[in-house]
Amino acid sequence: MAVDEGLKIEMGKQGVLVTSLQDLYNWGRKSSVWPMQFGLACCAIEMIAATMARFDMARFGSEVFRSSPRQADVMIISGTVTKKMAPQVVRLYNQMAEPRYVMAMGACAISGGPFKQGYNVLKGIDRYIPVDVHIPGCPPRPEALLHGLIMLQEKIMGQKLTGADRPQFMKADVKGLYPVPEFGEHDLKPSYNQGVWPVTIKTEQ
Amino acid sequence: MPEGRGFEVKTVEEIKAAIEAAVPGAGVEIVTNPGPSAQHSLRLAHEHAVAVATFLRDDEELALDFLSNVSGVDWPDKEIVEKVKVTRPVTKTVDGVEQTAEETVEETRKRVEPGSLEVVYHLYSMAKKQGPVIVRMKTVNRTDDVAVPSLTPVWRSAEFQEREVFDLYGVKFTGHPDLRRILMWDEFKDYPMRKDYVEPDDFEYEPTAHDEVAARAKAHQAAAAQEGAGA
Repeated sequence: MAVDEGLKIEMGKQGVLVTSLQDLYNWGRKSSVWPMQFGLACCAIEMIAATMARFDMARFGSEVFRSSPRQADVMIISGTVTKKMAPQVVRLYNQMAEPRYVMAMGACAISGGPFKQGYNVLKGIDRYIPVDVHIPGCPPRPEALLHGLIMLQEKIMGQKLTGADRPQFMKADVKGLYPVPEFGEHDLKPSYNQGVWPVTIKTEQ
Repeated sequence: MPEGRGFEVKTVEEIKAAIEAAVPGAGVEIVTNPGPSAQHSLRLAHEHAVAVATFLRDDEELALDFLSNVSGVDWPDKEIVEKVKVTRPVTKTVDGVEQTAEETVEETRKRVEPGSLEVVYHLYSMAKKQGPVIVRMKTVNRTDDVAVPSLTPVWRSAEFQEREVFDLYGVKFTGHPDLRRILMWDEFKDYPMRKDYVEPDDFEYEPTAHDEVAARAKAHQAAAAQEGAGA
């Protein structure tokens, strides 16, 4: 099934394109990653700058910011997630169609950032939803966001469509709904989703 | 205009006198500010607060038509330790004869000064280009009697700011048209800006813990380990 890399290059030189369905499919997906039009704080300004002419995110096929979560592929958490906002973020994520990805942009979305010790700030969105790419910075430069997008594209290219280690969206029996936290008397209930937090880091051998 | 006083035309003493002339028995107290800014303020009594505020707004000389800022202050219960000299009679036996003499002894006494919540209003005049005049009101305590009269009927701009003080300090404004939480969610029970607020214990993962955060993370891990051992 797998095409020998050397043969592939040799065939390419002769004008014959050899590819696999998986590569073609992933190439198509990575070339049109549509983000959700959704900003939370100052990082959103950098996100907007990244889409404009100077940095031009359209070069990577990611210019179509969709206002509806149904049409979006990636959710860029661009800024501080307050505890009052967190249920809405999870709800929007639930409404996105698979395959879907999350980019945590900036220190606040990753860990709460400078507002971490505040009573009203969530200490990182990965307490409730799985995050694919973390982009550090306060706020990250548009170049950093573009780098994060390229990382995401690499991740998409590496996803297998078959086999036991195929991603969640290829598994028909996985529901993919994440519990929306409720407003409690002292904090959000639950204070984190046990299915995704704490993050267990898989080291690739 | 006195040096370093902004655009104040009248001193607090003069304003106090004007208020007392207009609202008899207003019960206005001067709270002096010992700092270099010397921004003294006026503490209003609850029962006359709205009348005094209306006077400050409508008086032709003051014309304080703009409420710029409402802030809350939490004064926690304070334990005061003081040394008092007490004179008491002491019976002594001198040369076999009982004598009563006065003796002065130093005693250490502790008393708890009950805390309170305070609301501070900064007023300016757009018409006269003067201000700020600072008025404040204090609640009786910080547990059950936490009401102060709302000044929203006098200055409409107080509405959201009084709601914010209600939300974060728990001051109840009587006469406020719509007293609900404004920043935190409605189900929230605590008052986060109070000194004795205990924040939720979500210190299970601190990658770069230091100082207070490190201590909290350690305490969380100890508690979690104990819970795990008990279960």
